[in-house]
Amino acid sequence: MGSITLKQVTKSFGDVNVIKPLDLHIRDGEFIVFVGPSGCGKSTLLRMIAGLEDTTSGNIDIDGEDATNMPPAKRGLAMVFQSYALYPHMSVRSNIAFPLKRAKVAPAVIDEKIEKAAKMLNLTDYLDRKPGQLSGGQRQRVAIGRAIVRQPSAFLFDEPLSNLDASLRVNMRLEISELHKSLDTTMIYVTHDQVEAMTMADRIAVFNGGIIEQVGTPLELYQKPVNRFVAGFIGSPKMNFIEVPAKAGDDTHSIGVRPEHLKITQERGLWSGKVGVVEHLGSETFLHVHVEGAGTLTVKADGDCPVSYGDTINLTAAESKIMHFDKDGVTIPSLSWGEERVA
Amino acid sequence: MATTQSRTLAKMMLFPSVTLLLAWMIVPLCMTLYFSFLDYNLLMPGDNEFIGFLNYEFFLTDPAFIESFFNTLLLVGGVLFITICGGIGLAILLDQAIWGRNYVRIMVLAPFFVMPTVSALVWKNMFMNPVNGLFAHLAEFFGATPIDFFAEIPLLSIIIIVSWQWLPFAALILLTAIQSLDREQLEAADLDGAGPFSKFIYIVLPHLSRAVTAVILIETIFLLSIFAEILVTTSGGPGYSSTNITYLIYTQSLLQFDVGGGSAGGIVAVIIANIVAIFLMRLIGKNLEG
Amino acid sequence: MNSSNKSKVVYTILAWTISGMIFFPILWTMITSFKTESEAISATPSLFMFEWTLENYKDVLARSPYFDHFMNSVIISLGASLLGLLIAIPAAWSMAFVQTKRTKNLLMWMLSTKMLPPVGVLIPIYLLFRDFGLLDTRLGLVIVMTLINLPIMVWMLYTYFREIPHEILEAARMDGAGIKEEIFHVLLPIALPGIASTLLLNVILAWNEAFWTLILTAANAAPLTAFIASYSSPEGLFYAKLSAASVMAVVPILILGWFSQKQLVRGLSFGAVK
Repeated sequence: MGSITLKQVTKSFGDVNVIKPLDLHIRDGEFIVFVGPSGCGKSTLLRMIAGLEDTTSGNIDIDGEDATNMPPAKRGLAMVFQSYALYPHMSVRSNIAFPLKRAKVAPAVIDEKIEKAAKMLNLTDYLDRKPGQLSGGQRQRVAIGRAIVRQPSAFLFDEPLSNLDASLRVNMRLEISELHKSLDTTMIYVTHDQVEAMTMADRIAVFNGGIIEQVGTPLELYQKPVNRFVAGFIGSPKMNFIEVPAKAGDDTHSIGVRPEHLKITQERGLWSGKVGVVEHLGSETFLHVHVEGAGTLTVKADGDCPVSYGDTINLTAAESKIMHFDKDGVTIPSLSWGEERVA
Repeated sequence: MATTQSRTLAKMMLFPSVTLLLAWMIVPLCMTLYFSFLDYNLLMPGDNEFIGFLNYEFFLTDPAFIESFFNTLLLVGGVLFITICGGIGLAILLDQAIWGRNYVRIMVLAPFFVMPTVSALVWKNMFMNPVNGLFAHLAEFFGATPIDFFAEIPLLSIIIIVSWQWLPFAALILLTAIQSLDREQLEAADLDGAGPFSKFIYIVLPHLSRAVTAVILIETIFLLSIFAEILVTTSGGPGYSSTNITYLIYTQSLLQFDVGGGSAGGIVAVIIANIVAIFLMRLIGKNLEG
Repeated sequence: MNSSNKSKVVYTILAWTISGMIFFPILWTMITSFKTESEAISATPSLFMFEWTLENYKDVLARSPYFDHFMNSVIISLGASLLGLLIAIPAAWSMAFVQTKRTKNLLMWMLSTKMLPPVGVLIPIYLLFRDFGLLDTRLGLVIVMTLINLPIMVWMLYTYFREIPHEILEAARMDGAGIKEEIFHVLLPIALPGIASTLLLNVILAWNEAFWTLILTAANAAPLTAFIASYSSPEGLFYAKLSAASVMAVVPILILGWFSQKQLVRGLSFGAVK
């Protein structure tokens, strides 16, 4: 079991409200990702769930039981920290055994669990080394191993991959996803990297300034962001925003088009502009196009796109791919993904 | 960054240290304050009458106080000056590529571990003695008249001894600080055409300011209450020429058994130390923690 | 020989000369301790060309109970430092890992008690010790040494603890460790080098402390500082014996200090240098 319910949870440090009243239900077995820019409160909320920070007001229920004031050890959760937080003076084996020893598990059982976890995480050959003798990826696996053996009701990950280099990060991402599939345990994963969020999550909660802007599946957030913030945060490269002049009977204040939805056309389209920097990635090409009155638009084009610096090109986008936002940045559903258009 | 639980725990764990230090500070200090208003002499058992500020008047108007006050300042200031200037020089020298740096460092650090009574005795007898001391032998060898250190320049002699004890400390702290200097900064300065002198003034010295602050702070704490070196070498003399406040109060209270007068002196010493402390705390508050 | 090698030679000679001068008084004392008295005051002193003798050490041992003083020094300095650790570690844990707005002020205040001149409290402590029968006892000195070095211990430990990532202790908490386990199984083993150097430095400070030891002891509890002070006159004129006694008082701590020099410098600078 591992369902967690947050009811009107808040957190303030002195006068600063880091988390504004917030409700969230995390389902058993779900992989949920908290994503947002730094300082948005996502890590603080994770630490509150872990019991490492007090909850200023509101309730945290774990498996239907009020855990708001429980000490961390009693909550049945395991956490993997950004810095791994391995005990540097203990061998890998002792690190993994530490929580089991605290729980007074029999030595034979401990050994058995360590062997099993080590096999699962490819750590068998390293059990007698100290953390200092391991690579970043191996340390990360030890931290995960230490979390797994306790068989927690939920795993908490606090930016676990941000200290790894790019290629290793992709591998570990897969391993953690794999792990989730095989353990089928609730995982709460905090990251500032929207790619990690999109690739791993069952559901994503987008944080900004101490509130959750939107919760949904990766595709929902991509296709139907509720506001400019979510639209800009999800997707890479970022969505292009263009301010539009006010029109009677239309609340649209700005529109947004994703780079992948902008098409280069021969005939005059919606915009035309001068090509600036061209980034060739092989499989695709990113163009930065300076458009009079709309600023610089990023365009994702084919890998063999023949355009070069200084060219003038025409751009257009399907009406159905253009999002409309009102003056508060809130998406206008009827114009952005109205029923008629989907049909 | 913590929960109520751990904050409560933290308070409990702080309790012993705070209480003990508070007691160590407050109880004797209050007693000293109380005694300082009494006519209290251990040699003359009596009523220990309340005499108001008389003890303070005697202590503060005593020419010995003025003299020992300035001696204290000279002692602290002189040692700080010598150890910091010498320490910076030594630190820069030891930072160069040299053979046997570890042995050099061990030799330089050694005086710090010598107990004050030993270093005072050794310097007094074997080096500064006007007849058999090594300096006297040296002077005679060159045909000069030996200096009678403790008769002619008593305070300076003590400053020399104390500086010898504290120079290693300053040098080693400053050396560690210099070694933490970012080499790229110096290389950038080289590219900008800075000479050794301007590199020292504009890069090395500012980098050392934290370490210098720490040296000043720690040395001052210990130097304000120099005692053994004076007791062993000059006993404060000739006259009061090498008496500092610590030593003056010691002679008054434990040698002349004048508890009242000594206590008044003690309170004065505390006030002086507080003035120095406030000044220093400002300095480190800005420099050390920031 | 290229120019960088030339400068290395120059710097090496300079460094060895200066450090040799700084070390000379100690070396000279060591050498003198093996001379006869007449050679020790010779107007043409010799560095190595003399009759080496152990007479002085025998004389010193015969004249005063050196080993009693030595044991007093060991017990007082080690006792005070261990007791100090016991009190300072919890305080440093609190300050390093549960920081509040007051933490900095508290640290400053603790350090300021170190600035309280001993003479300010000399008489009351003397009288209190007399009334409680603590004068000239090892226990009395252990108490005083613990208290005067407590601020330094707290501060040193605090600077060491502060470098330990909070996350490691939080991980222990998540793993079900109570505060005792957190401190004994996680914090102390990780901070061991820092704790060891704090202990060492305070042993050295207590070993060399020469205000309270001189005032509060007579015969029974007198440590080596008092032992050596008894040579101030007129025995001080017997250089060879004075040297032998000095060597015996200083060498134990000198060796200890040399072993721990790197840690000491870092610890004593209160984190001002890394």
